[in-house]
Amino acid sequence: MRGAAKRGGYLLLGVLVLLAAVAASLTIGSRPIPLGEALDALLHPSAGEAALIVRELRVPRTLVGLEVGAALAVAGVLMQALTRNPLAEARVLGISAGAATGVVAAIAFFGVASLAGWIWFGLAGAALAGALVFLVAARTRDGSGPVSLALSGAAIDAGLGAVIYGILSIDAATFEQYRFWVVGSIAGRTPAMAGQMAPFLAIGLVLAVVTARGLDALALGDDAARGLGHRIQRVRLLAAVAAIVLTGAAVALAGPIAFVGLAVPHAARALVGAAHRWVLPLSALLGAALLLLADVLGRVISPPGEVAAGVVTALVGAPVLLWLVRRARTVTA
Amino acid sequence: MRLEGRDLVAGYEERTVLDGLSVAVPPGRFTVIIGPNACGKSTLLRTLGRLLKPRGGSVLLDGAVLHDLPPREVAQRLGVLPQAPLVPEGVTVADLVARGRQPHQRWWQQWSPGDQAAVAAALADADIAELAARPVEELSGGQRQRVWIAMALAQQTEALLLDEPTTYLDLAHQVEVLRLLERLRDGGRTVVAVLHELNQAARHADHVIAMKDGRVVATGAPHEVVTEQLMTDVFGLACAVVTCPLTGAPLVIPRP
Ligand SMILES: Nc1ncnc2c1ncn2[C@@H]1O[C@H](COP(=O)(O)OP(=O)(O)OP(=O)(O)O)[C@@H](O)[C@H]1O
Ligand SMILES: [Mg+2]
Repeated sequence: MRGAAKRGGYLLLGVLVLLAAVAASLTIGSRPIPLGEALDALLHPSAGEAALIVRELRVPRTLVGLEVGAALAVAGVLMQALTRNPLAEARVLGISAGAATGVVAAIAFFGVASLAGWIWFGLAGAALAGALVFLVAARTRDGSGPVSLALSGAAIDAGLGAVIYGILSIDAATFEQYRFWVVGSIAGRTPAMAGQMAPFLAIGLVLAVVTARGLDALALGDDAARGLGHRIQRVRLLAAVAAIVLTGAAVALAGPIAFVGLAVPHAARALVGAAHRWVLPLSALLGAALLLLADVLGRVISPPGEVAAGVVTALVGAPVLLWLVRRARTVTA
Repeated sequence: MRLEGRDLVAGYEERTVLDGLSVAVPPGRFTVIIGPNACGKSTLLRTLGRLLKPRGGSVLLDGAVLHDLPPREVAQRLGVLPQAPLVPEGVTVADLVARGRQPHQRWWQQWSPGDQAAVAAALADADIAELAARPVEELSGGQRQRVWIAMALAQQTEALLLDEPTTYLDLAHQVEVLRLLERLRDGGRTVVAVLHELNQAARHADHVIAMKDGRVVATGAPHEVVTEQLMTDVFGLACAVVTCPLTGAPLVIPRP
């Protein structure tokens, strides 16, 4: 039996990796700043150039990276459990497409030209799409079970995708702005944006923790979960709300970032097994670390330009996942 | 613990399986439900175990309407082994059996020594202690079946409802599980099992419920229910019933 001590060890490792990623994110960039100087800038605000870069650019960027990475990974765990589908991530429940539709509508119909405004449209779009998917699925025979969730999610995703491409193909000006969002990046985000995201992250994480045991039971089938005393419709509803809130906020803030929600839960399960009380916290740690490291890599890969974190996550994530697949059996939800 | 169904109407979508069925489970006894495939045994067991909500009538647990009680409270008193649970990947036997403790825990509650003891006892009773560290998906069908039984045992409920607990098991393990259920009964628990092996039902049960086409056709002690007339009737197969020379229980033999 994988003991609690061993699993606790992996959690500690996750914390250390995340700390290293945070340090890298604060120090590495087109203007390298030694760690001591960066910490000094945090503790003793001064007007020096390095201090300004750390406080105004790197700290908000790092905070947003932490939030988005953790949110996407935890949401991935939830969606994989809800759909009993190891490939589930933000796209599967139509949430990404909802956020994208919100952003496109903001640009094309409401003339919103700043990221700060897009965030709210993206969040609203994600919430509407996610709620629609869940409500449609809840009215089917298997009552928001895995198959109906995945199917209605795929339908909404395809439908909204068509709407987005329809608008973009006749409206070049909208596309000019939209492409900055859709590439998936955590650069240029402000501390205010990080703050706006925090309550959603908190709600989502609390709901995820509350449903962890219910999801463990649901993995044994609906009857077994009922037999263990769970109200399975309520477990599914809470987990879906958590997934929608987390994904919606993350995607609205950073654009659709691939792979974190897919790969991190698999990595976490390969390390600590399938019990959600271990998988959820480890995924949050590793998701945040992966996104930060991808962002750092994007800063140094082709100076003086930057590659968006969304592009790098896929580049970094793919080999990591392949390595894990080779090393151990993949462990699905 | 008294468990009974009154005028139960239950089924799936447009199909009504049980239509006005009443049944009482004798407390502290070992009850076996028999009947041909698709006659509604699992449907009855799921309704009695709160897995399926009846459309009409009610299940009473010590006089209280079962489906109005909080599910967690029910799960502390009534354990159910479904006919076909899903095998999750990457879960060890010990972890899976530990999930049987869920009704006794809260999400903020730590794993307690009591939980540990219950899981260890369940693993030993189901004869799978040596499998504890193995992933469930790598076990044989019979080993898995014993893991599910262990999970139900770990729940430590006054009553236990098991749907075909002996499927996939070899003869020795079948007998072992039946003896385990008898020991639980001797310890004061109420045990209900769906079994297909009539001779095992007749030998081990205190009380037999025979079903056909969603109805209860006979209930009573094995020698009252397992008769030539009734078995021929229920299963549509001509058979003889003789007395077992070892135990005195009725023994069903299909006629050549
Ligand atoms: N989930 C379901 N949806 C629709 N119909 C079902 C479902 N489960 C069972 N049925 C139907 O209900 C009837 C009774 O099934 P049930 O599972 O109760 O039979 P059973 O006596 O347990 O049979 P077996 O010995 O084969 O396990 C059957 O006609 C079956 O086809
Ligand atoms: Mg059955």
